Formats: sequence, C-alpha cells, structure tokens
Amino acid sequence: MKISRLFSKKSRERKERVSRGLLVYQDTSEVIRAERILKRDGYEIRVVGPPPCLRTGCDLVIEFPIIEQIGIEQTLKEKRISPLEVVAISDEILEPIDLCQKKDFGDYLMIRAANMKLVVDKRTEIIVNVSGGGCPDVPYLAERLIGLNLDEAPSPRDIGHTICAYALHIAYKEMLKEMDNYVNTGRNGP
Amino acid sequence: MLILVGTVPDRGLPLVHGRVRLKDDRFFVREEAFYLNRGTPSMIGTAANVCRLLGLDEPYCVLAGDTGRGDGSKLIYNFLKEKLDDLGPTVCAFHYIMPDLASHERVFEALRKLEEKPFLIADAGYMYIAKMSGRADFYDLFTPDVGELAFLADENSPHPFYTRGFIFHRTDEVEDFISRAYKGKNAPRFLLVKGFTDFICEEGRILKKVDSPDIDVLECIGGTGDTITGMTAALISAGHQPSDACYMSAAANRLAGALADPTPATQVMEIIRCIPEALKIVINANAANCDAER
Repeated sequence: MKISRLFSKKSRERKERVSRGLLVYQDTSEVIRAERILKRDGYEIRVVGPPPCLRTGCDLVIEFPIIEQIGIEQTLKEKRISPLEVVAISDEILEPIDLCQKKDFGDYLMIRAANMKLVVDKRTEIIVNVSGGGCPDVPYLAERLIGLNLDEAPSPRDIGHTICAYALHIAYKEMLKEMDNYVNTGRNGP
Repeated sequence: MLILVGTVPDRGLPLVHGRVRLKDDRFFVREEAFYLNRGTPSMIGTAANVCRLLGLDEPYCVLAGDTGRGDGSKLIYNFLKEKLDDLGPTVCAFHYIMPDLASHERVFEALRKLEEKPFLIADAGYMYIAKMSGRADFYDLFTPDVGELAFLADENSPHPFYTRGFIFHRTDEVEDFISRAYKGKNAPRFLLVKGFTDFICEEGRILKKVDSPDIDVLECIGGTGDTITGMTAALISAGHQPSDACYMSAAANRLAGALADPTPATQVMEIIRCIPEALKIVINANAANCDAER
C-alpha cells in the first residue's frame, strides 16, 4: 500500500512538472516586459530562476502552464516579444525570494528584498537611499529614485533591466503597502 | 599597478581608461568627470583617496557606461581580454559589471595567461559571475555582504535573488555560511564579509571580527560596502598583508561612519570625506599594536 502511494506521488509530481513550461529571453528586461503583458492578460505565470542548463549570467525565466502555450505564444507574438526558446520543465527550478525584511529607524523605514534595500523618510515618503545589489543598473536606479516621493517615483521594474532591479521592485511594492498602512493607521505604524 | 574596473550609470559613456585624478568630490579619467556617489565611483574614489594618503601612484581605472543592458560591461570584458597584459596589473578590483558567463570565461583566460598573477578582488556583479563560473578559488578576495555570503554558501544559487537563508540571520549562521562557502569551493582564499559584524577569513578560518563602532544606519547608505572594497584594494597595493588590509578597511569604514554622524538619508560622499582621517587613526593604532606585540 505504501509503495503504491509512493509511486502515485512520484507520478503526480512528474505530471505536475511536465505540465509547466519556461519562456526564455535574451535579457531580463524582456522577461519583465513579457511578464507584465501576460499577467495583464490573466495568465497564471510566474518569474523564476532558470535550471542550470539555461543559465548564462543574470537570468530570469517565465514559468507558465504548458496547456496555455499556444495562447501565450500568440499573445507575445502580437506584442512583438516572442521568447528565444520555449522549453518544458524537466529540471530544477529556483524559487525567487518573496520575503521582505523591514527595519524601522524612527523617521525612516528600510525594506530589504533579497540583496536590495530601499529606505524612505516616513514623514515625507521621499526615497532617501537605495543600497545592495551588484548588477550595473543598481547605481542607475539609485540615481533615478533617490529624492523622489514614492508616488511619483517610477517602478524599479519599469526602468531596470536585471534581477537586482526585480528584487528592488519587490522591496518597492512592500514599501508602498507599508506606507499606506502607516498613513491609514494615523501614522502609528509601521 | 592597481587597476579598478566597473561600470557607471551613464548610457552614453564609451569605454574610458586611464589614471584617476581626484578633485574635491569628483575624480577625472582623461576628460571625463565622475562624482564619488555610490557604485564603482565610490570604490574608485575611496581607493584614490587612500593612494593619495599613502603617497602611492594614482590607481588606473577601466570604466564604461551601463544602465543594466550589459552593453558597457561587454566593452569592459573585451578590453580586459585584449589589454590586461599590457597594463601590468599587480592588484585588480572588479566591481559593478553585468554577470555574463561567456565573457567572464574570456577574461579568466586572459588573467590565467599573465606571467605574474595579480591579487584579484571581486565584488558586486563580478563576484556573482566569478562564483557562478565555478572559478571562485582562482580569485584572492571576495567582499560580500551577509546576503551575498549566503549566495556563496548555496551551491545551487546563481544570484543572491534566489538565496533565502540570510533574511533573519544570526552571527552563528554567518559562521556557518562562511564554512559552507569554503567547503563548496565557492570562496577565494580571503573573504571580507561586511555586516553588523565584519568577518575576515582565510581558507575557511575566521581570522578577525570587527564590530565597533556600531553605526547601524550605515546599512541604509548605498555605497558603504564599495568604500571598503576600494580601501582594501589600495592598502593591498601599498604592500599590506591582505588580512591586515581587510581589518583596517573594515575598522576605518566604521570609524568614518561615526565621524560623519550619519542618518539613513546620508549619501556615501559624506562618509568618503571622512575616510582619510579615519584610516590614519586606524593605521596608527594598528602600528602601535604591532609594536606592542613585538
């Protein structure tokens, strides 16, 4: 009985694995654009790390339900952002970090996502510092964001091109939530 | 010759290389001027300040504009592949460069062919690719923060974005990450781990820890890790032992932070201005300790 359960679990896992595919692009900024288009059209996709055989450097890929492949490819073709390659998943997929850590410095709040940190003055909601990361757009993002109010600042995902930009975007989204909460709770939190 | 390599967030900037001239809060390479604000210019500006303090020749730098598309990084990789040998490097520090396996491989080959291998320091994106390439132990020093250390400790992670282990780290976990990074051959001979406590390691052993002065807002300020890398590169170039250079840089960075009296909104330029004074104090204290030990 136990053995048959084991087999059925394994075959279920295999079935789940082969029911997903990956969209592979030349660079991360294309991944970010395709992700935005597909999410807007209601596809259940997510950005993940590629398996070792597809890694070239600063990589992200899009995981999608293989059953949707035709529709997804058509949508991307219409938007002129077809992937370099579409592959079925048969290897290890890396889960990106989705946990954020927040640290309160009194008048300032710092949010960290993966290797990226964003710091905002709670009184004015102005971005005062960006730190961490190692890809070349980190200093660019810092230059573009520091000194701007959260509401007027462009989203890091829209102006960045790398995984570090993607991580900073996660911190930025969390910061928006925290500051909403801060305002709505009469500035007693976070 | 001390060679410092990295990108700056200026889309139109072509490849620029030459000796660094410092002037106030900027440095010049040929006709181009750069503010010492975060990233590669922070590292270069700090190293140039330290060279000036120690009476050394100005460092030589290789820069190109890159806002994340990898174009400037490609120019740098190609230049290094072709010209490294002509420059006669003794210490090289590689910094914000787009991780690219194929290009890294070509630079690695150029480094391997040098008659005399320079002391090789990797930080930021170049450290990511040095680890991902499986050639970390060819390099001499990495300067990760704790999140990046967790990435070095995780054999399967190609980028710190995929490393979960560090989010709620404790000191004993940092020591475990150090041991795992060396065990997996994902660390070079020396590591300088930047964090609430800085760890200086050689071949898996923790040689020193630095935890004072404790200026916790430095964590918020972009570029405060870059200054440590720049200081360390300059001190090694001046002939200090790598472990001493790491220790003095970590201590001086904290002291410069204390002298600048920062808030989370302080910009790194304000810290860099205090580095010469802080480093002078640390070098003198270090020399006095050495004398006392004798």
